[in-house]
Amino acid sequence: MNADKPQMNAVKAKATTSPLPSMNFFHYSSPSTFFGLAGRLAPWFFALAALLAVAGLYVGFGLAPTDATQGEVYRVIYLHVPAAWMSMLLYFVMACYGAVAITFNSRLSAMMARAIAPTGAWFTFVALWSGAFWGRPTWGTYWVWDARLTSELVLLFLYFGFIALANAFDDPRRGDKAASLLAIVGIVNLPIIYFSVHWWNTLHQGSSVKLTGTSMHVLMLTGMLLMTFACWMYAIGATLTRVRTIILERERRTRWVRSIAGVA
Amino acid sequence: MKAVLARDLRLAWQNPGETLLTLAFFVLVATLFPLAVGPEPDLLRRLGPGVIWVCALLAAFLSLPRLFAGDYADGTLEQLLLSPQPAAAWVSGKIMAHWIATGVPLTLLSPLLGLQYGLPFEALAALFAALALGTPVLSLLGAACAALSLGARGGGMLLALLALPLFVPVLVFGAGAAEAGATGISPAAHLSLLGAGLILAGVGIPFAVAAALKIAVD
Repeated sequence: MNADKPQMNAVKAKATTSPLPSMNFFHYSSPSTFFGLAGRLAPWFFALAALLAVAGLYVGFGLAPTDATQGEVYRVIYLHVPAAWMSMLLYFVMACYGAVAITFNSRLSAMMARAIAPTGAWFTFVALWSGAFWGRPTWGTYWVWDARLTSELVLLFLYFGFIALANAFDDPRRGDKAASLLAIVGIVNLPIIYFSVHWWNTLHQGSSVKLTGTSMHVLMLTGMLLMTFACWMYAIGATLTRVRTIILERERRTRWVRSIAGVA
Repeated sequence: MKAVLARDLRLAWQNPGETLLTLAFFVLVATLFPLAVGPEPDLLRRLGPGVIWVCALLAAFLSLPRLFAGDYADGTLEQLLLSPQPAAAWVSGKIMAHWIATGVPLTLLSPLLGLQYGLPFEALAALFAALALGTPVLSLLGAACAALSLGARGGGMLLALLALPLFVPVLVFGAGAAEAGATGISPAAHLSLLGAGLILAGVGIPFAVAAALKIAVD
C-alpha cells in the first residue's frame, strides 16, 4: 500500500504541470483524479437514466399494443429483459476490470469491479423476481428448474461469492485480487446462461430479438431498448457513485482526502 | 509434480482418518434420505442417482478447506512457490492426490450405495462412469476456491458459497448421466460433456490455483 503512494503523487504532479491533462492516457487511472470525474459524471448518467426510463415506460405502457397471446402480462419484459441483459453484461464488465486489476496490478480497476458487483447482483435479482411474477400467470408457476433460470440463479450466487470474497480479508488489496480471479473463473457461466435456451429445449422461450431481425412489434422493441439504455445508464451512475465511496474509504489516510474533508 | 503427489499421498495414507471420515459422511447422508422420504422402492430408484451425486459432492467438498491450509500454516506452500518448478505442475500433483484420497474411494463405494437404492445395472455403470469423470472436476474447481479463500475470515462458509455454485454444471451432467442410464437412454452425451469439462478444467484450473496461491502468500 505504501509503495503506491509516491507513484500516485507522481501522476498527480504530472497532471497539474502538464498544460493538457487529457493527453495523459493514465490521468484518470489514479483514484484521486477519478474521484472528481466520477462525481461530475454520475448525476448526468442518473438524469439520462430517468429520462430514458420515462420515455421507455411511456412507449411500453402507453403506445405499445397488447400482446396477442399473453395479454397485458407481457409488459413485464420492459423490466425483465433489460435486467437480465444487464446482469450478464455487468458480470462481463466486472470480470474485465478484474482481469485488468490482476494483469496491471492497478487499484482503481479492482475498486471498479467491487463497485459493479452489488448493482449486478440487484439486476440479477430483479430479473429472477420479475420473471417469477411473469411466470405465474403465463406458465402457471413462479419457478421451474429450467436451464436458464437455474444458471441465472447460479449467477446471483457468483455475485454473492464475489462480494463475500472481496470483503473476507483484512488486507483490502488481497480481497481485490482474490475476487478478481474469482470473477474471471466464474465467467464460464455467462455463455451457459446466454445459450441455455438454444442448447436445452426447456420452458424458457428463445429470444425474440436477434441481430438479423426481430419477431416483435416495432413499438414493443423501442420500449424495451429504451428501458435497456435506461438500465445501462443507471448502472453506470450507480457504479460511479459507489466507486467514489470506495475510493474515499480506501484513501481516507491520504492528504487529498483529508483536504477535501476539511481535516487538517 | 510427482514428488508432491507422492508426498501428499503418503500423508493421506499415514493419516487415513480424513478419507474414512469422508466415506462415512457419504454413506451416512445417503442413508438419511430413505429414512426421510420413506422406503418405497420405486421412489428410491427414482431418487437414487441424484441423491448419491449430491452426497458425493458434499463429501468431496468436506475435505477441501484442509487442502492447502496445512501447507499454508507451516510455510511449505511458500517454499514450494519459491522452488524453480512451475507452480501449476505441483499444484496439479496436489489436486490429483486430493482426488485419489477422496474422489476415487467415493467412486468405488458408489455402486454399493446404488444397490441399496435398487438401481438397475445400467444405471450403476453410468453412475460409476459419471463419478469417475466428475469427481476430478470437483477436486479441481474446489482447489481453486480453496486457494482463493485461503486465510480468509469465515473460511468454511465462504468456501461453500464460492464452490457450490461452480459445482452445479458437474452435478447436472453427472446426475443426468446416471438418470439416463436408469431410464434406458444412452448416457454417452452427458459423459462426453463431463469428459470435456474435465479436460478444460484440468488444463486451465491449475494455472488459476497457482495464481490464487501466489496472491495468498503475497
